[in-house]
Amino acid sequence: MSPRAAWRLEGLGFSKAHDYAPGRVDWFAAGLPMEGGLASVSTVGDMARGDVPTCAPGEKVGEVRGRVRRTGWDRCVVVNEERVVLGLLCEKDLTSDSEATAEEAMRPGPTTVRLDTPAEKMAERMRKRGTASVLVTTPDGELIGLMYRKDAERVTAEQA
Amino acid sequence: MPTTIFRNGVRELMEEGAQLVDVLPPEEYGEAHLPGAINIPLKELNRETTEQLRRDEPVIVYCYDYL
Repeated sequence: MSPRAAWRLEGLGFSKAHDYAPGRVDWFAAGLPMEGGLASVSTVGDMARGDVPTCAPGEKVGEVRGRVRRTGWDRCVVVNEERVVLGLLCEKDLTSDSEATAEEAMRPGPTTVRLDTPAEKMAERMRKRGTASVLVTTPDGELIGLMYRKDAERVTAEQA
Repeated sequence: MPTTIFRNGVRELMEEGAQLVDVLPPEEYGEAHLPGAINIPLKELNRETTEQLRRDEPVIVYCYDYL
């Protein structure tokens, strides 16, 4: 639709018409500002805990385990230099071979959700699937944080 | 020829004061739109409705997604 709109504008004499082809879906999924009725709805981006530990794929599990435990977490997200999510090290993985690399021990391709997903809708989906937490990323796969279902349930209950 | 731009390009042009036009139906615009965007649905995009825009300044149009 927007390419046709841009061409139409040019036909109407606009010499600097630009088409933002990925559209509003791309914008909101990146967590950028929104106006309108949905702007006040809590999203998973609002609930994501950005302090979830991360590590590089080449780090040794033993080193990662020590760091993760010192911060009080029981999991670690494996990311590349661009903070793009590669995998997840859960508690069990963190107690595996200390000499293995994070890449060898991780669960590759964990489920992620977009920033602009309504928190209430996400909590319902997670309840049905029996999931306690989910990773939140930008459309480019960059880690925003980890959202716990209990956080989303608490906030939506408060808003009800 | 119109230029296709992406998120960072939109942000840069917005900082320079570009005009944003949401071409979706009014109900969808009311639900959610980019900051400062005005609504001119595609079917209503004509000389009269675009009078409010500056013809010699950048204008960014967008809809829902690529489709």
